[in-house]
Amino acid sequence: MATETVNVYIMGKRYTVPAGLTIMKAMEYAGYRFIRGCGCRGGFCGACGTVYRLPGDYRLKVGLACQTVVVDGMHLTQIPFFPANKATYDISELQPTLGVLLAHYPELSRCLGCNTCTKVCPQELEVMDIMAAAMRGDIEKVANMSFDCLMCGLCAARCPAEIVQYNIFILARRLYGRYLVPEAEHLRQRLAEIEEGRFDQELDRLTALDRESLVALYNARDIEP
Amino acid sequence: MADAGYSQSMLESMRIVEQTRPRRMEEAFPRLEPEEKQQLLEQFHPDYRKDTTRQLRVGPNAGDRMPHELVDLLEARSRLDPESFQIEPWDYQTDVLVIGGGGAGSSAALTAAEAGVRVLLVTKLRLGDANTMMAQGGIQAADKPNDSPAIHYLDVMGGGGFVNDPVLVRALVRDAPFIIRWLEELGCMFTKEPDGTMITIHGGGTSRKRMHFARDYTGAEIMRTLRDEVRNRGLEVIEYSPAVELVLDDAGRCCGAVLWNLETGEYLTVQAKAVILATGGFGRLHVAGFPTTNHYGATADGLVMAYRAGASLRFLESTQFHPTGVAYPEQIVGLLVTEKVRGLGAQLVNARGEQFVYPLETRDAVSAAIIRECTHRGLGVTTPTGMQGVWLDSPMIDLIHGEGTIQRELPAMYRQYQRFGIDMSKHPILVYPTLHYQNGGVRIDEYGRTEVPGLYVAGETSGGVHGRNRLMGNSLLDILVFGRRAGRAAAEEVGSVRLGKPTLEHVRAYHRLLDEAGIETDRVSPMLLPDYLGKGARRS
Repeated sequence: MATETVNVYIMGKRYTVPAGLTIMKAMEYAGYRFIRGCGCRGGFCGACGTVYRLPGDYRLKVGLACQTVVVDGMHLTQIPFFPANKATYDISELQPTLGVLLAHYPELSRCLGCNTCTKVCPQELEVMDIMAAAMRGDIEKVANMSFDCLMCGLCAARCPAEIVQYNIFILARRLYGRYLVPEAEHLRQRLAEIEEGRFDQELDRLTALDRESLVALYNARDIEP
Repeated sequence: MADAGYSQSMLESMRIVEQTRPRRMEEAFPRLEPEEKQQLLEQFHPDYRKDTTRQLRVGPNAGDRMPHELVDLLEARSRLDPESFQIEPWDYQTDVLVIGGGGAGSSAALTAAEAGVRVLLVTKLRLGDANTMMAQGGIQAADKPNDSPAIHYLDVMGGGGFVNDPVLVRALVRDAPFIIRWLEELGCMFTKEPDGTMITIHGGGTSRKRMHFARDYTGAEIMRTLRDEVRNRGLEVIEYSPAVELVLDDAGRCCGAVLWNLETGEYLTVQAKAVILATGGFGRLHVAGFPTTNHYGATADGLVMAYRAGASLRFLESTQFHPTGVAYPEQIVGLLVTEKVRGLGAQLVNARGEQFVYPLETRDAVSAAIIRECTHRGLGVTTPTGMQGVWLDSPMIDLIHGEGTIQRELPAMYRQYQRFGIDMSKHPILVYPTLHYQNGGVRIDEYGRTEVPGLYVAGETSGGVHGRNRLMGNSLLDILVFGRRAGRAAAEEVGSVRLGKPTLEHVRAYHRLLDEAGIETDRVSPMLLPDYLGKGARRS
C-alpha cells in the first residue's frame, strides 16, 4: 500500500497525512473528532464549508471538506457555522412577486454583480446570474437555477454586499413550488376518494388476510410496463 | 487518468478488463439456481453469516440475533450514573419533546406545533443533518388513476417478505397522497408535467409507477423545506445536544430526557408530557465492517435509549445492503452507484476481467457475490487505501447503446465521477456493497406509540412497516407519515397527562440486568459520534 504523505496546516498547525484524503478524512486522521463541520459526508448537506489556501498563492479558496482532496502545503480552516440572516414568513400568505422577495430581503438590491458568489460555489451554480433573476423578480428562474443549492453558506460568507443568497433562493423555490406550478389534478381526485372512504374496505380486507392469500394476490398482481 | 490517482495494480487490472471486454460483450453469465443462490446468501450475505450477529442477552428481546455492533451498544452501560444523577431542577420544560432533527423529527415537531402545544426539538448535529437530506430516489404515493393504496399495500408487503406489520403498512399507503399534498403546500418542487401532473417512475418492487421525485435531490428538497418551515414557525430548536437517556416517572411513563451539550460537555434535563424519538438508523455502526451511505450521526442512539426504557425491537436481524457502493475514489467511498448502471448493460467483473454473477440478480445475491469475490476467492481489486472492490464495466453502456448514453441517462453519476478525474464512459468504476438502511427498529403502533407510555417513535428508528426489506421510495414516505402521526397523537395526549416523580430507575434496573447476565463491560452507549480518529480512509 502506498505511503505517500502530504503536510497540511490545520488552523496553522502542521500535520502529516496520507496523500489522496479529503480534507474531512485528513482532519480525522490528524486526530480531530468532528462535532460541527461534518454532516452527510457525501456532498449533499453543506455542513462542511472550508476555507483554504494553496502554497504560493495569496488567494483564499473555499470548498466542501468532504469533496476536496488535500494538497501538500495546504492551509485550511472550517466555517462550520455562519450567523446569517433569515427572514421568517408564513408561506401560505405570500405572493410570488419581486415585492415579496424585497420585503423579506431588502438587501437583495445591494448586489454589486461582482461574481464572487459564483466563483466560490462548490456546486458550480451561476449564483450571480440567479441573483440577477431575483432582482428582476423572475421567481421561476431563481427556483430552477438554484435547485442544486446545498445552502452551505460559502457565497454569503464572501459576499461584499452581505447578502444571504441561499436564504433568498429557498424563499423563491418555495414560492414557485406553492404558487407558480399548476396543481396535480390526479392528486386532488385521489385525496377526495380517500376522504370518501373509497379504499377503506379493500384495505381492511387486505390487512386481515392470511399470508398465503396475500402471497397469491401479490404474485398475481399486474405490473405496469 | 493520472489525475484519478489509480495505483499500478488497479491500472493493470483495468487493462485486463479492457482486453476481456470484446469477448464479454458476447457473453451472458448464467443466473443463479435457487439452491445456489440460497447457499451464496448463507455463506456470504452479512445477514446470514453467523459471525456477523449474536444473541442479545438482556431486555425484552433477549435471545434475538442482531449485528454485533448493535448488541455491543445494547449490552453497554448508560453514560449517566443513575445513583447520583440529579434530574431536577429541570433545565427545560415543554409539552412535546422531539429528539432528532431529520425528516421524521421535523415533521413531528411541525405537526405537534400546528395542534397548538409547546414543542422543543433537540438534535445531535444541525437541524437537517440526517439521511433524509441524502435520499435521491424519490417518494412513493398511489395518486395516479391506475394505482390505489391497496396496490401500494401489496407491493410493500411483498417487498418486506410478508412479515411487515399490516396496521403500519395500511397507515403508510393511506396517508401517502396527503403527504405529497402537504409537501406541495409547503412549496416543495416536485418534478411535474407543464399541466401539473406528477412525473412518476418505477422503483425496485413497485407494480405501478408511483415514485415521485424532485430531480435527483428529492430528500434534500424535502429536508431543506421542512427546516425552513421549522424556523419560520419559530419552534425552539437546540442543536448539538443529543439525548443520552430518557427519563421515566415513578409510574413508568416517559416524562423527558437528559441531553448532553456536545460542545460544553454539560448535561441538560428536559421535562415533557410526551417524547417523540426520531434519531434515525444505524449505518455508522458499519455493521460487519461495511462502508455506508449514511450521514455522520446515524449511530442507533434511539434504539439504545428506547430499549433501556423498556420498548421492544423487531426485524433488526436484517440490514439493507446496496450491492454497488463506490469503492474508489476514496472521497466518495460508500456512496450509491444506481442500479440503472447495471440495467443499461454494465457487467460486474473481477480483477482478472471475468464476470462472476449475473448483474441483475436481486440486491442481496449480487452483494453476496461481490463479497465472495473479494474475500473467499481473493479476486477483488485493492485500492491505494486498502479497500477492496470489483469493477462495474460502465464503458459497455456506450458500446451497447451508442456514445453519449451515459451522459444522457446518468448525468449526476457521470458528474460525480468526473469531479474526481474519472470518466466512467471510458473507464470501469470500482464498487463494493454498502450499508444502506436499518430495516427494523422499535415496535410502534399506527400512531407511533411504543410500549412505554408517553414515548413515541417515528422514522428509521422504528421497525415493522418495511418488514425485512424496505422498498425504494418508502423511507421518505415513512418518516413523514409517522412523523405527522406521532406529532398529532402526542399533541392530543398532553392535555390529559399528569406526570409523577422523575427517575432513572429503568437505567438502574437495566444495569442490574447486565450484571445478572454476567456482562462486565466499560462500554457506554449511546455512541453519539463514530470514531474515525487516525483512520483517514476506508470508512466513508
